[in-house]
Amino acid sequence: MPAAGGCAPTDAGPGSSVDTSQQTMANTRPVVSLQGIVRHFGRFAALRGVTAEFTAPTRATAARAGDPAPGRLYLILGENGAGKSTLLRIMAGLLKPTRGSVTMLGATDLREVAARVGYMGHAPLLYDELSAMENLRYFAGLYGIVDDARCQAAIRLVGLDPELKRGVGQYSQGMRQRISLARAIVHDPELLLLDEPFSNVDVQSAREMARLLGNMRNDGKTIFVVTHQPAVLEAVADESLLLSAGLLAARERGLPEYMKFPFSQRADHPDHMDNDNKDKGDDGACPSPVEGGER
Amino acid sequence: MTVMAVARRTLAKDLRLEWRAKDAVNSMLFFALLVVVIFSFSFDPTAEESRRIAGGLVWVAFLFAAVVALNQTWARELRNQVLDAYRVSPAPAVSLFLAKAVGNFILVSVLEALMTPLFIVFYNLRSVGPAYQLLVIAVLGTWALVVNGTFFAAISIRTRSREIMLPLILFPISIPALLAMVDATTSVLTGEASPRFWMQLLAVYDVVFTTVCLALFDTVINAE
Repeated sequence: MPAAGGCAPTDAGPGSSVDTSQQTMANTRPVVSLQGIVRHFGRFAALRGVTAEFTAPTRATAARAGDPAPGRLYLILGENGAGKSTLLRIMAGLLKPTRGSVTMLGATDLREVAARVGYMGHAPLLYDELSAMENLRYFAGLYGIVDDARCQAAIRLVGLDPELKRGVGQYSQGMRQRISLARAIVHDPELLLLDEPFSNVDVQSAREMARLLGNMRNDGKTIFVVTHQPAVLEAVADESLLLSAGLLAARERGLPEYMKFPFSQRADHPDHMDNDNKDKGDDGACPSPVEGGER
Repeated sequence: MTVMAVARRTLAKDLRLEWRAKDAVNSMLFFALLVVVIFSFSFDPTAEESRRIAGGLVWVAFLFAAVVALNQTWARELRNQVLDAYRVSPAPAVSLFLAKAVGNFILVSVLEALMTPLFIVFYNLRSVGPAYQLLVIAVLGTWALVVNGTFFAAISIRTRSREIMLPLILFPISIPALLAMVDATTSVLTGEASPRFWMQLLAVYDVVFTTVCLALFDTVINAE
């Protein structure tokens, strides 16, 4: 039993790395390829040569293998300043690498596939003076979507009411994060890049967002999430990339063992004394360390 | 979506934002009003003198007031990093530029429409030449100001002191247009010469700079 307790449904154990050569087989589709990505900001090297390939099984292959998820959800983890957001911005086409190349959905010119990619930044990327619906209506229009029903559905999907009239500047931080996610998914992208989607989001809402991301992954989307709260996505994460000082330090299946159940989510933490175990059971995630220990 | 369709949506969004916040219009109006009042107290010109100096006075006032609006153009896009949401979308960059330029043109035109009666009253202005030509000069001159202003405001958004940078870049490059606007306006007001040459110069300036700005905007907005 792991020292931290809990189960590891998709984890091959700490330190186990995924064999990328096995993944790039004929029955997979290329999603993202990063070749020697270096990014300097002046004399500071934010990324120092990141090379990685990400593929996803085709729907038929996934079905044959009994895998319910033809998509993949990758966590990008690391300390502050490790280069996570820089890497995501490069993948989104917002930054150009100083050296190296990026191939997204088979294209090296990221604008060719812009309509198939969704990006949620660290900032909300929303107009404060406009309501959620007005924001989404405008951004959906940039993707050629003029159907209000799509915008309303995206807002409902993140658990908010499209009828809210006040500007998003008057929303709480968590609500803004959820609208920001709705903006990123309104055009139904194949590839989703999310930078800190759970920051300032309450625990229940974060779980709902995680469940939504899990459903999207099961529908075939490939999702990259930069987060400091990886435990929220423990049940749905397929792989974790650990960045350290601008280098890809590790690539593991699922969530690294030592990152599961951070202190704030432990069942013996005062905030979770009453309902944590029940919640874990409800959403199909692993039992808490204490519960696991009792078993 | 076509270039024009995205531009229309972006323009509608910008006008809605301005209607709600009114930050550009209010500051422009207040600034232009101050210029009119201060100049009228300082000079106290006769009707004849007014006709000679009004061209310069009016356009300098509009130029300075327009800078206030132009500085606001990209401020909203930088707040919450909204510009990133546009940049990751497949929408063409020129649509954004067109929407911003037309939006600024509308704002500055509203300012001109509101301030012109005040200029007429404070400076006792009456046009000797055909007054309709003033309308053509106003359209051509305003576009010359806003097309360059919108472009250079986009260049200066990544600089720290962008409020100072914009006039430093914009004013020198606007000198030919400003010269044409002032001389054309004075020619119409005094009726002493034909404004035709200056109007043609202004039209050529507009075509050249609009083309250059449209061609370069994609590079500017995606520059790091």
